[in-house]
Amino acid sequence: MVSPSRDVKQVSSAEPQGPGLSTLSVHAGESRQKPANSLTDPIVCASTYSFENSQAIIDYIEQDQQRGEYGRYGNPGEWVVEQKLAALDGAEDGVLYSSGMAAIVGLFMTRLNQGDEVIFFDECYHRSREFCTKHLSRFGVVTRQVKACDYEAMEDAINENTRLLVSESPTNPHLSVVDLERFATIGKKHQVDTLIDATLATPYNLRPIEYGVDYVLHSATKYLGGHNDLLAGVIVGSKEKLEDVRKLRGIMGAINAPHSIYLLERGLKTFELRMERHNQNGQAVAEFLADHPAVEKVYYPGLESHPYYEVAQETMRGFGGLVTFLVKDADWRQTANIVDHCKIARIAPSLGGVETLIEQPLVMSYFQCTPEERKRFGIQDNMIRVACGIENTADLIQDLSQAIDQATDS
Amino acid sequence: MNTKNLSFRTRSIHVGSNRDPQTGAVVPPIHVASTYVLPGAGEPSEFDYARTGNPSRQRLEQLVASLEGGVGGLAYSSGMAATHGAMMLLKQGDHVIAGADIYGGTYRLLHKVLNQAGIEVSLVDTRQIHRLDQAARDNTRMLWLESPGNPLMSITDLEQCCRWAKSRKILVGVDNTFATPVLTRPLEFGADIVMHSATKYLGGHSDALGGVLVTSQTEILERLHFFQNAVGNVMSPWDAYLVGRGIKTLELRVREQSSTALRLAEFLSQHPRVRSVNYPGLEQHPGYEIARRQMDGAFGAMISFEAGDDFSQAKTMVESTGLFQLAVSLGAVESLIEQPASMSHAAYDREDRLAHGITDSLVRISVGLESFDDLKADLSQALDSMD
Repeated sequence: MVSPSRDVKQVSSAEPQGPGLSTLSVHAGESRQKPANSLTDPIVCASTYSFENSQAIIDYIEQDQQRGEYGRYGNPGEWVVEQKLAALDGAEDGVLYSSGMAAIVGLFMTRLNQGDEVIFFDECYHRSREFCTKHLSRFGVVTRQVKACDYEAMEDAINENTRLLVSESPTNPHLSVVDLERFATIGKKHQVDTLIDATLATPYNLRPIEYGVDYVLHSATKYLGGHNDLLAGVIVGSKEKLEDVRKLRGIMGAINAPHSIYLLERGLKTFELRMERHNQNGQAVAEFLADHPAVEKVYYPGLESHPYYEVAQETMRGFGGLVTFLVKDADWRQTANIVDHCKIARIAPSLGGVETLIEQPLVMSYFQCTPEERKRFGIQDNMIRVACGIENTADLIQDLSQAIDQATDS
Repeated sequence: MNTKNLSFRTRSIHVGSNRDPQTGAVVPPIHVASTYVLPGAGEPSEFDYARTGNPSRQRLEQLVASLEGGVGGLAYSSGMAATHGAMMLLKQGDHVIAGADIYGGTYRLLHKVLNQAGIEVSLVDTRQIHRLDQAARDNTRMLWLESPGNPLMSITDLEQCCRWAKSRKILVGVDNTFATPVLTRPLEFGADIVMHSATKYLGGHSDALGGVLVTSQTEILERLHFFQNAVGNVMSPWDAYLVGRGIKTLELRVREQSSTALRLAEFLSQHPRVRSVNYPGLEQHPGYEIARRQMDGAFGAMISFEAGDDFSQAKTMVESTGLFQLAVSLGAVESLIEQPASMSHAAYDREDRLAHGITDSLVRISVGLESFDDLKADLSQALDSMD
């Protein structure tokens, strides 16, 4: 009954008239007929794979076959998820890692040699910054930071040693949105590769490959997995640009585990539905907070007051579940009091799962920083970050409302 | 957290998923232990042996009980294990009335297993209350309903049937697998027990096997638990985890799949090669008005229809789809197609099948999460392939 022409795997997402996003989420990357004819992919736990005979090993090497050899080099479940993620992003290929940080480190270690330079916009995940400034420097790689979305500064910082331009979009936690066309054009003009960490946007809201960005990174732990129950990272791009990346991962060993890979594949099946809901909740919570008298400022690209509202309207389909806000006339303890009064939102780092999470960046990620460092990173004492899940919108607003009221009263 | 006042969707995500007190984990751990260390010899503990109770299973039981509005629930190794669990409330000489439009496996359990234990069975068109009157006997102890029915999507008025049964002290069990608690909550209509094949919409990803019973009465719950512990047909903690994870997107999935199904049913009912379409969301469906009352804003994602003129044309059709995969089961993100006469209802005798309207050309589809346009194009080319 299966004819190759109807095999979803054969349908490239690059075709403008290709399958819908939800069809891709459910089917892309999967073979139609699976081992034992099971409807879902098996979880292959094997750490190593056997060959029929010695000639089979030689064929494997000479013909560069995709098959199991040793678990560190690849896993059948992993190949499915990589193709699914590539299809969602409209990319040729993807390389999956054990975490989002393993993915970005894997790319840096592949692309950057001693003496090379990397430039990135300074609003970013603090561990990405830390890896560049504290560890890449040990290998003689120079990191230059320029103000987020200052394209002229980025271009000025490019020299003959520059190899990579890096940004998040939207950034974390300020949710600045990058003009991807400008960003990619700078890279092309100077023949420097570009990387966008689109974790906060996901392929539902943002499609950097279509703008000519070379690499797109996701912490798949977040929206892609979507259930706060796995760690994973992925880089998508062209086959050519990912070939060395994949090879180095095989040596560094930051491959994901078969069980997590399966949970990621399973999570992706409801990707479109979840993202619609995250977007709705994010927008509604941002609007609620923007109108609240106890709130000084809200960072959300879907609000007209946001400095990057226009860019977001042009580049994004929706604006995600993450909302950052400042509490009016509050010190860090009064701000913490609001976080502590939430009943649905749980106090935890991370984002993108079905459960709503809340955190105060000062306490959660920047507690060890000096006040000067925090000021430089734009982390204010009265800042709260809400990662909206997919719960009922009214329940989430009610929860935040009562938390603000109770904290203000006490 | 007091979850009583929270909406259905928020409860789907949070009930039974309290922050783990030991590790703080946002998602509770999967407890795989088969046995538990006791505080002292002969001293009771919340958990002692995994057949009797397991924290991962218990979380799922609490979750489904909350969604169905019951006092508690029990999770079984499969949907049939759950149905069997409910039937164990019966004893030799009891009589059970079941709907005529029910799952083939339930038919088999009633006619080929429970009959050997001396339990009498009548199948009745539960859409007509006078048929229940005709079938009732002095020893009738249970009424087993499915709405929508499988595979003809017949709609039974649950409230009316429960009222009828209550006045005769007959227990009512409802297989709510097709409707899910998103759309129908039978306990609200007076049912005593709700059953789910959790393999279907609750799990939702074709990767876990399980069944759940929820009841409105503590006494029934205790008896069901006594039997379950004695028999041992419990859900594994791994599957309980996957089903619970699936329920976090249950409402989104069911509403999206139902909305796609309605559009596909409309498409099918206009198609020249389709002789009839059974979908309660179509106005011409005889159960449409009841379904509107009984189902919360949507009509489910199961459709059956008669394709072509005979067995072989319908067989060709179900074997010609690209996205719809030829498989039994239903309720998952992947769309499935099957021919009841040769697959899901092959356990029926052919005469019974025809008597109940399951013709050879009947095709049943389970509409998944794929986009409407892709699914419509697929059905369209498969229908054309019959020519």
